[in-house]
Amino acid sequence: MADKVLMKGNEVIGEAAVLAGCRYYFGYPITPQSEIPAYLSRRLPEVEGVFLQAESEVAAINMVYGAASAGARVMTSSSSPGVSLKQEGLSYIAGAELPCVVVNVVRGGPGLGNISPAQSDYWQATRGGGHGDYRTLVLAPNSVQEIADMTIAAFELADRFRNPVLLLVDGILGQMMEPVQLPAPLSYDLNQKPWALGNPNRKGGRNLCSTIFLDVEQLEEHNWHLYQKYQVVTDEFAKGAYQHLAVETHAVDDAEIILVGYGIISRILKTVVEKARKRGIKAGLVRPKTLWPFPSQVLADLAARTKQFLVVEMSCGQMVEDVKLAVNGRKPVFFFGRTGGTVPSDFEILNEVDKLVRPD
Amino acid sequence: MSAEVERIILAGFGGQGILFLGKILAEAGMRNGKHVSWIPSYGPEMRGGTANCTVIISEHPIASPLVTVPDTVIAMNRPSVAKFNVRIKAGGMLMYNSSLIERQEFRDDIRLVEIPASEIADELGNARVANLVMAGAYAKFSKLIDYEGMVKALPQLIPASKKELAEINLAAFERGYQYVKEKKYMFGRYVYSVFKGI
Repeated sequence: MADKVLMKGNEVIGEAAVLAGCRYYFGYPITPQSEIPAYLSRRLPEVEGVFLQAESEVAAINMVYGAASAGARVMTSSSSPGVSLKQEGLSYIAGAELPCVVVNVVRGGPGLGNISPAQSDYWQATRGGGHGDYRTLVLAPNSVQEIADMTIAAFELADRFRNPVLLLVDGILGQMMEPVQLPAPLSYDLNQKPWALGNPNRKGGRNLCSTIFLDVEQLEEHNWHLYQKYQVVTDEFAKGAYQHLAVETHAVDDAEIILVGYGIISRILKTVVEKARKRGIKAGLVRPKTLWPFPSQVLADLAARTKQFLVVEMSCGQMVEDVKLAVNGRKPVFFFGRTGGTVPSDFEILNEVDKLVRPD
Repeated sequence: MSAEVERIILAGFGGQGILFLGKILAEAGMRNGKHVSWIPSYGPEMRGGTANCTVIISEHPIASPLVTVPDTVIAMNRPSVAKFNVRIKAGGMLMYNSSLIERQEFRDDIRLVEIPASEIADELGNARVANLVMAGAYAKFSKLIDYEGMVKALPQLIPASKKELAEINLAAFERGYQYVKEKKYMFGRYVYSVFKGI
């Protein structure tokens, strides 16, 4: 095993992509993720890969569409406003059942917003984002080490399900440095993709990647086919096939109040849990690591044992809806959020916990 | 200083090498087997504006990498003292570049450490290594940084494009450490009357 190195989250995304066998990157700079293209512009030529700064985000995602059709492991990255621009391409890629990895280092919105960290793209990420009946898998790391591991997992999941996988990272995680143990490089074989246009050993005639189904019956059949694939994804996650990627729980066994948060917020919540317990408040933490499929069952099970939930996000309240669906009215679900690029402190969250647990 | 965790905010002008100073401390902690985190401020700043970063070095895995109340503030210029002084934990430390920040009425519940970092750097022949003087000075106070290990590791941490500066960076680190070791620094509490914003 190699020694740990101190690296920025954004740069680790670039390096982990290379280790996963990604040799094609198309993107367009935007803060706070520009270290990803900067890193890959240097690194990809070293491994005979292609780095291309496109003329726009729209162009970049369509280059991803092309490379994915050919069977390449391919990635693009951007931040919130840029990811909005990529939604049309994402819909096409999902519709054509092609694997790719899309990174969103989320910043404050809507519109141009600002460059500070935010979590206000949860709905866009987990509900598809573009037009049509489709889903994207969404991974949400909370440390630089997990950024490395989840970037690699994203490529594997994308190939496994022939579907775009989103890595949802906030501005802090992209910018921060932590020690990271980089995993061993994966081998990648194009022959595992018999559907790919670029597969030299494909059987029979030519392959076609397309999203147009002018016949309504064909399109309905295609949509139900996609739906069934998403059911397989959901079922496999629910059965624990991706346990290490799905959810983390902390101090929930005796918890009277369960905090729920993902990404950088979950790190702050862990500190809140420690401080609350020092005050005699039995607090616990549930951290969804994968946001779609959402780890609903874990929350549903805990709803039977705990007294209440507090969801904390850097938004006006988006994931809280998934928590409410999972809890399904069995226990109250409260929300605390800061938005516009503001990161809540452990003190103010602890204050909210206090108010809920000791309402007098 | 706590033997288990050190939370540091480092601040100064853009160009004073604040982010690199923070990285050096984080590397030092990591190479000494500790958990570390480093977060830069990355607001829309102009060149010559303010820069700051947050470093945690800890015996235990770091939950929140964000720091509201630091144990130590390392301030390289006057605006940094004004901005972060009030946030230091009671009993914490303000280490400041006394070449650019005059002595004044500070809080009386923190330790004050004056390091003439810019003057020491000038003596070495390059004003830009004042950051490494501060790194060396901090290393003397830290319970979680191994000074000898850092002296060995430091040359590897200088970017390839600045290899010619490896020697002077190391010299600055050693001078900062020695300055504290020989207790040349001002160290004490000033009578608190009214904190005057700088």
